[in-house]
Amino acid sequence: MSTTSSTNILTVRNLYGRIEGQQVVEDVSFDVPDTGVTALLGRNGVGKTSTIKSILGLIDRTGEVTLAGRRVDRLPTHKVVQLGVGYVPEDREVFGKLSVAENLKLAERSTHPNRALVEELFPDLVQRHAQLAGTLSGGQQQMVSLARALLNQNRLLLVDEPTKGLSPKIVTEVSQALLAAAKTVPILLVEQNLQVIRQLADRVVVLSGGRVVFTGEAAELLDDQERIQRYLGVHSGSAEVNA
Amino acid sequence: MSTIVLLLITGLGLGALYFLVASGLSLIYGLMGVLNFAHGSFLTIGAFIGWEVARRLSDGSWWALVAAMLTGAVVGALVAAATEFFLIRRLYNRHIEQVLVTVGLALASVALFEGIWGTDPTYVTSPSWLGQTTEILGARIPNNRFMLILVAVLVLVAIVLFLKFTRYGLIIRAGVENRLMVTALGIDVRRAFTLVFAIGGAAAGLGGVLASIYYGYVSAHIGGSLLIFAFIVTVIGGLGSLAGAAVASVLVAVLQQFANFYLGGTGDLAVVLALAAVLLLRPRGLMGAKA
Repeated sequence: MSTTSSTNILTVRNLYGRIEGQQVVEDVSFDVPDTGVTALLGRNGVGKTSTIKSILGLIDRTGEVTLAGRRVDRLPTHKVVQLGVGYVPEDREVFGKLSVAENLKLAERSTHPNRALVEELFPDLVQRHAQLAGTLSGGQQQMVSLARALLNQNRLLLVDEPTKGLSPKIVTEVSQALLAAAKTVPILLVEQNLQVIRQLADRVVVLSGGRVVFTGEAAELLDDQERIQRYLGVHSGSAEVNA
Repeated sequence: MSTIVLLLITGLGLGALYFLVASGLSLIYGLMGVLNFAHGSFLTIGAFIGWEVARRLSDGSWWALVAAMLTGAVVGALVAAATEFFLIRRLYNRHIEQVLVTVGLALASVALFEGIWGTDPTYVTSPSWLGQTTEILGARIPNNRFMLILVAVLVLVAIVLFLKFTRYGLIIRAGVENRLMVTALGIDVRRAFTLVFAIGGAAAGLGGVLASIYYGYVSAHIGGSLLIFAFIVTVIGGLGSLAGAAVASVLVAVLQQFANFYLGGTGDLAVVLALAAVLLLRPRGLMGAKA
């Protein structure tokens, strides 16, 4: 595991997270380099989403979280985000009673948001700017969720299961958007779809039982049938990670 | 016919008062999940301070009334914002403690108001036109009802415009849906909390001055008695729904007036039965969000 802070945008050390008193993240430590896509993997329920939420402070946490050399583990969520963290949550969490345009406007943190990039990646959203987000399809909602993060100049994107429940065509579109985004901003990606991981991830961090059990190059894991079976409960030809 | 017109317009006037209290309750619950039992205190302090200003300026004149309404709104907003900042902010997601603190504040403030202004009602003098009546379809309608309705409509329009066309309005509407996601977009939602308390307090303080005109007096208990019906309105309309609060305010007040007249003074009972019916048949209220 690399510990050189100059090449890591995010370092996590001895992170613990709790939801309503129950331990959901236990002594997790890993780094996210300042380029490319780092995938956070593991079977269902090992604490991947909770780890992302702990980093952001959306759930109770202890431990060290450093963003670009600055400790952020004692900051409230909005201040962590203001330091340059874009968050794409599991299940999209768009504001269903707000229009697409209002969802995007709410997410703008600077006076010069990157609307051109969003319009280029998701032209469908431009046409649907006045439509209530709650009436969009799952794929369109995911585009709104991604667009909210891509509007701002971020130092890091935290993207949680962006292809969950989407059709193959939309999965491809979302993957391409993430691939484009990864050229300019490092991404910590939680994903169950091994094909998407193979396409996007440079490095992987594998959680098991709430702890990190493997860190390394994505190819090193994906080409190791025995490890994939042991850590993720599937064989490398499977599309999805299962419990 | 004239009786029905009288009951309808009087009901609308009373509904206007309920709305001024319920709008704040509904917004506060919708954004923060706080059941604010101290909301009646914002109304009472607005009424008392407004009355103090009016009687010192020129009791019974229009401009004194306008000054009283502005003062009531400002005082209500300041007291509400201070309540949120110093007491409620430390207790988010601790619902039992919120109830204890706001109930305690409501009880303590009544004692404080009685200590300052006494236990007897303080009668107010308003512009003479408000004490007169206007004939509509044979019914002689007290003029103050028209003012109550007008002010409540203006407040409703102002809140809707604020929510629709301002950045904080956008934050509040989003926060009512998903508060955590608003913070995850880098927005300090606590400022919106304070602002919503201030808006609710302003509406309640303004409502306090208008209630003193409707009833003809101010007392330490005026907020508490209106708060009960405002809570009922908020639940019937749907917790967190401003439009629901507006519709339910009118329905509850008109029902109350008709039941009082035609069913031997059973207006309060009719309102409670309506509440029970809504809770049984449509627990989320007329316009509340699905759970």
